[in-house]
Amino acid sequence: MAKIIIHQDAVKDPQKAVSVCPFNAIESTEEGLSINAACKMCKICVKRYPEIFEYVKDEAPSVDKDLWRGIAVYIDHIEENIHPVSFELIGKAKKMAAKIGHPVYCLLMGDNVGNMAEELLHYGADEVFVYDKPQLHHFRIEPYAAVFEDFIRKVQPSIVLVGGTTVGRSLAPRVAARFRTGLTADCTVLDVQENTDLDQIRPAYGGNIMAHIHTPRHRPQFATVRYKIFDAPERSNTKSGTLTPCKIGDDKLHSKIRVLEIRKKEKVKSIEDADIIVVAGRAFKKEEDLSMAYELADLLGGMVATTRPLIEAGWSDPRMQIGLSGRTVKPKLIITCGVSGAIQFVAGMNNTENIISINRDPKAQIFDIAHYAVIGDIYEILPDLIARIKAGSTQQGTS
Amino acid sequence: MQITVCIKQVPGTSEVDIDEKTGVLKREGIDSKMNPYDLYAIETALRLKAEQGAKVNVLTMGPPQAEAVIREAYMMGADKGFLMTDKKFAGADVLATAYALSQGIRTLGDSDLLICGKMTTDGDTAQVGPEIAEYLQIPHVANVRRIHEINEKAIVVEMNMAESVEIQEVQLPCLITVEKDIYPPRLPSFKLKLKTAGRPVKNVTFKDLKDRNEMHYGLNGSPTQVLRIFPPEPNKTNEHWEGSGEALSKRLAEKLHELKFI
Repeated sequence: MAKIIIHQDAVKDPQKAVSVCPFNAIESTEEGLSINAACKMCKICVKRYPEIFEYVKDEAPSVDKDLWRGIAVYIDHIEENIHPVSFELIGKAKKMAAKIGHPVYCLLMGDNVGNMAEELLHYGADEVFVYDKPQLHHFRIEPYAAVFEDFIRKVQPSIVLVGGTTVGRSLAPRVAARFRTGLTADCTVLDVQENTDLDQIRPAYGGNIMAHIHTPRHRPQFATVRYKIFDAPERSNTKSGTLTPCKIGDDKLHSKIRVLEIRKKEKVKSIEDADIIVVAGRAFKKEEDLSMAYELADLLGGMVATTRPLIEAGWSDPRMQIGLSGRTVKPKLIITCGVSGAIQFVAGMNNTENIISINRDPKAQIFDIAHYAVIGDIYEILPDLIARIKAGSTQQGTS
Repeated sequence: MQITVCIKQVPGTSEVDIDEKTGVLKREGIDSKMNPYDLYAIETALRLKAEQGAKVNVLTMGPPQAEAVIREAYMMGADKGFLMTDKKFAGADVLATAYALSQGIRTLGDSDLLICGKMTTDGDTAQVGPEIAEYLQIPHVANVRRIHEINEKAIVVEMNMAESVEIQEVQLPCLITVEKDIYPPRLPSFKLKLKTAGRPVKNVTFKDLKDRNEMHYGLNGSPTQVLRIFPPEPNKTNEHWEGSGEALSKRLAEKLHELKFI
C-alpha cells in the first residue's frame, strides 16, 4: 500500500500547505500537518510541495522473475587451481537447477585461465563464461567487481552462488550492493522454490540460532557458502557444456589498487583438507601433554586442531582453530579430546561424518552432537588408546 | 587526515534464546558490549592518529543505548562519536545497514580512511564493510592484517589470503576491514573516561541524511527477509559410553577398527 508521508520540519506555512488539497484531506493540528481519510492519492500536494509531502510505496514492486534465469557459480581459484568450494557449489547448483529447469552457469575470471575453463566442463555446468584479461591477474576489488557486474547484466542469472573464501567474502557483498539486492552469508542449507525464490538457511548468533532467509522481490539472489558444506559432483571423463569467452573494455578494469608483492605463507597443511582430525581442548593441562593428541593423529594419519582457548594460550597456531572464528571442517572423522563443545566451535565441525567425543563431564555440550559420547578422562583414555593402536598396527605389520 | 571507524553494539553473549511461541529472539536482560572485532578497528585508527595526527570519528547505528559503545571508544581515545538512531533505520538487513551507514558517513565530511572490524559476533556476515565501500564508490581491502605505511595519498596494507599475503597500495579514500591481532587493542582509560564524560555524542537521524527516501532504509530497504528463526537440531545418533578408562579405550579402538580408520 502506498502512502504520503509528511516532513513536518519542512513545513513553513501550514495554511498554505492545507489549501493545496482539492479534497480538504490535509489538516493542520498542534502536532503538525496530517492527512485524513479524504485523501484520494492524487498527489497534487507531492507535486506542489515535494519538500513536505513524499509519496512512498510500502512494498517495493518485485522484479519480473521470469527475466532472470539460471544459477551462476563464481569460480574461485588460487593461481592455476580451482578452489574445491567451486565444485561443491556447481553440485548444489545442478540439483537446484534441475528442480526449476534452469541452466547452470560458471563465471571464471582471471589471467590465462584457459586450462581451468576446460576443466570446468568435466563437472556438468551448461555454460562457462570466461573473462581472460591480464588486469585480472591479481584479485583487486574494482576490476573483479566490474567483470562480475558485466556478467550479471549480460546473463541475468536468478541465483548467484559464491564460495565463502577470502576473495568471495570480499567480492560478493560488493557486487550485491551494486545491484541493490540481497546477499545471505555462510548458508548451510540451500533450496529453490518453483517461483525461483531461494531458500537460504544460515546460522546466526554464533550458531545458536538458525535463520531461514529469502529474497522475495529482488534478483539476482546472492548467497555465499563456506568450503565443505556441500558435496562436490564426481568429475566426469567426458566434457559437456559450452565455453563462452567474454569481452570487457579495458576502461572498466581500472583500479586504485596496486599489488606490490605477494608472499607465500609458509606451507602448513590446512585442517580443512584433513580427513581425520584430533581436536585438543581445554582438558589438556600442560602444553607438553598435547603430544598425546599429536601421537594419536599421527597414528590415524590425521591432523591436530584446537579450540579457541588453546590458541589464546599460545599453544597452537590460529590456523589450526576450528569454529566460527576459525576454520570450518568436514572430515570423515573427528575425535574431540576434552572439548566442551561451545556452540561457536560446534558450528565449525558439526557436518563431520563421525564425531567421537571424549569428555569427563557427562553434561558437556559436545555430547549433544557427538555420535559416540565417551564419558571419561583423556589422561586415562588417550595413552591406552595410543598403545592399543600401536599394538594393533604392529600385529598387522608382522602378519 | 580524518579516519572514521564503524562500530556496533552486540549482545554480550552468544547464548541467546528463542521464544518458542513467537519465534522472536529473547533479548531482554542480555548484556550488551562492543563487537570485539571493532576494538581492533579502533586501535588501528588510534595508532594512525598518533602517527599522523589524524582525527578519529566513530560511528554506530542502533538504539539510543548504543551510545555506550561510543563512550567506550572515547575512553580509548576516539575524538568524535556519532550515533545513527531512528525508527526508520529499524529492521535493516546487510544492504539497508550498509546503505544507512554510507549515508551517515557522508554527513561527517570527507573521511580519508574508513575502518571496520572484520565481522560482528551477532550477524557473523563480514559483508557490511565491502557494501559501504560500494555505496561510497571507493576501493576496499578486506582481511587487512598489517599496515605498512600511510601518507596523504595512499595506504599500503597486507591482505591476508588463504595461502598467501598480498601487499597492496591503495589510493585514499578507501575502506579497510581489519583482522583481529592487527594490533592488540588498548584498554579503556579511566583518565579518558573522566575527561570525555561530558563530551557529546552527536545523533544522526533520518532527517540529517541526504537521501530521505524511506524505502531505502530499515525493513523497507532490505531485500532479504527472515522467514523464520529456529534452534539448531541436535544430532540424532547419539551413543553414550561409560566405564573405566581402559574399558573405554578398548571400545574406542574397536569402533575405530569397525569404521575402518585403523
